[in-house]
Amino acid sequence: MEQFISLTLGGVVNGSVYAAFALALVLIWRSTRIVNFAQGSMAAATTFIAVAVIDAGGSYWLALVVALLSGLVMGALIERVVIRPVEGGPELNAVIVTLGLFVAIQGIVALVAGVDERAFVPPFSTVGYEVREGFTLLSLSRNSIWTVGAVLVTMLALIALFRFTRLGLAMRASAFGQEVARLLGVRVGRMLTLGWALAAAVGALAGMLIAGDVSFIGPTFMDTLIVFGFVAAVLGGLDSPIGAVVGGLLLGLALNYVRGYLDDSLLGMAALVILVVVLLVRPGGLFSTTAARRA
Amino acid sequence: MSETQTPTGDPGAASDAAPTTATAGANAPSAGAGGRRSLLPRITLLRHLLVLVVGAAVAVLLLESTELNTNIKLGNVAYLAIAAGGLTLLTGLSGQISLGHGALMAVGAYTTALMLDVERSEEPPSLALVFLAAVAATTLVGALVGVAAARLHGPYLAGATLALAVGLPGLALYFSDTFNGEQGLTIRPPERPEWFTETVEQLSGATGRGLNDKWVAYIAVACLLISYFFLANLMRSRMGRTWRAVRDQEVAAELAGISLGAWRVLAFVVSAAAAGLAGAVLAIVVQLAAPGSFLPVLSLSLLTAVVIGGLGTLTGALLGSALLVFLPPWLIDLGRDVFDMEEAQASQSSFVVYGLLLVVTMLFAPAGLVGTIRLALLRRRAARALTRSGRG
Repeated sequence: MEQFISLTLGGVVNGSVYAAFALALVLIWRSTRIVNFAQGSMAAATTFIAVAVIDAGGSYWLALVVALLSGLVMGALIERVVIRPVEGGPELNAVIVTLGLFVAIQGIVALVAGVDERAFVPPFSTVGYEVREGFTLLSLSRNSIWTVGAVLVTMLALIALFRFTRLGLAMRASAFGQEVARLLGVRVGRMLTLGWALAAAVGALAGMLIAGDVSFIGPTFMDTLIVFGFVAAVLGGLDSPIGAVVGGLLLGLALNYVRGYLDDSLLGMAALVILVVVLLVRPGGLFSTTAARRA
Repeated sequence: MSETQTPTGDPGAASDAAPTTATAGANAPSAGAGGRRSLLPRITLLRHLLVLVVGAAVAVLLLESTELNTNIKLGNVAYLAIAAGGLTLLTGLSGQISLGHGALMAVGAYTTALMLDVERSEEPPSLALVFLAAVAATTLVGALVGVAAARLHGPYLAGATLALAVGLPGLALYFSDTFNGEQGLTIRPPERPEWFTETVEQLSGATGRGLNDKWVAYIAVACLLISYFFLANLMRSRMGRTWRAVRDQEVAAELAGISLGAWRVLAFVVSAAAAGLAGAVLAIVVQLAAPGSFLPVLSLSLLTAVVIGGLGTLTGALLGSALLVFLPPWLIDLGRDVFDMEEAQASQSSFVVYGLLLVVTMLFAPAGLVGTIRLALLRRRAARALTRSGRG
């Protein structure tokens, strides 16, 4: 029972990071119908930028701000320069472009930072809370509370942005119907760039949180996370931010049970099985209300 | 809910001078459509047989005129090209992307490794049998994946197959009693027959220990030629045309009585069979099957090869695979000599180049090298025919 509780709490913590990553994928999918497979590499790049700031004597918080800002800039640049030409074209072309970015950015990170793994110190203690004598919740630490809290705050901020601001309305409009939005005076191109920038910043946050969680980072440390984030996003239907969050939490729980009761090495296969089952049984995600699109 | 409308006439959108779809290169005209007299035979099978014979002659020349080191590299090109050939059929003709071909190669390689394990004492089974078993095992896995993949498209399919590429190597760690975990399985290289030693001695006078590697390189190249012969015939047959119909015109294809799902599964099965053979050849060339050789990056490299070469063209797949083998050493030298980098770091520069090539190809010449050249030739021929008919 104690193991179950510990695994469940750990699942929620991991799940919240998957949720943040899924949210980044959903933000981009909603506005441009592109799955950004480069998200993992981009987050790895911003995390390494943060590490460089820490190495130069900066604090974790300064590094976090730098990571988020560089995420914003990178996302906007990538959308404007290489994604814009393939938007609305054949879907295969867009997939291949994001995969190319995936490989290229990962290569650049390895070229600059080296291929060796290096330590990453999280901002808070990772020692688990002791509930009572002899029962320590290994998976619940100050750092994991920071992780969940940061994701929650980001989510609320995004909801506030989309619900209550003019900018959010314009972004939703350009995602919903580009022609109509343009006719009504929305600068659709700018909204798309902004969407990519925001998504990359959310991805950068997820990268920082995951790095604190695993405490060792290398150029490829986000490879599995792009898969988990994608699975979480598909669980939630790829279109819905709320769905992405719920999907992330569900996936975090499921994977943590696999990790606890079976083995670490089966995580990838477990994610694959979940993904295939969801895609075959409910292609529109767990909460789909509209009819699934024709495959 | 309306589909998201994207603006037409974007500044960066490909103009009508360039093909916009990546698979344009796969639409080769039928043999007689050129309207020109050609020296090549009219019958597709004969033409491909002729190419096969010429290819074999060129292969022998290449292998005999180069150093042992290059022989081994040509072996590497061969197994990458076999897998890329399968992938180019799947993506170029049937329109399904797969990032899981590295994982499928792992199935073939591990099947080979289990049958040719150095630690097994009894006489190993014949190589042909081993290869057949590897292809059969991979085909089975491919059919399973294909059934799921047939219902997916575009990004969904890419994500699912990427999950396969990330997840499958984990199985080798979980069942480490059978697959020996991270270390992997070492493979006993195939014994070269006596006649091979004698023939090579007469051809180029090479002797000694390197001959075994040469034998392996010959096997690899032979597998490449045979598999490309099969793939080329498939692509130019009724099946190839059906796949193109499934890719481009789903509704029309269904009206014509084509079962979309079945044909997509079939494409995946054929493609997986090629990946299985590639894995088997990899196993005897590298003499090791370990999870570290089948990371997602292998699948992405294969995709790079077929996209740069031109989706749906076997020539493109072969050229792309050659690039994957011969570019990295050159880049490592460049990084070490010019930029004073360490070798492990400099080796990463090839991935930067692959990634940038993928992006640049998609933006400026989506049909890839062979596809773009082929389309340009076709266009010129059409323009010439037009002016001729205009005058006459």
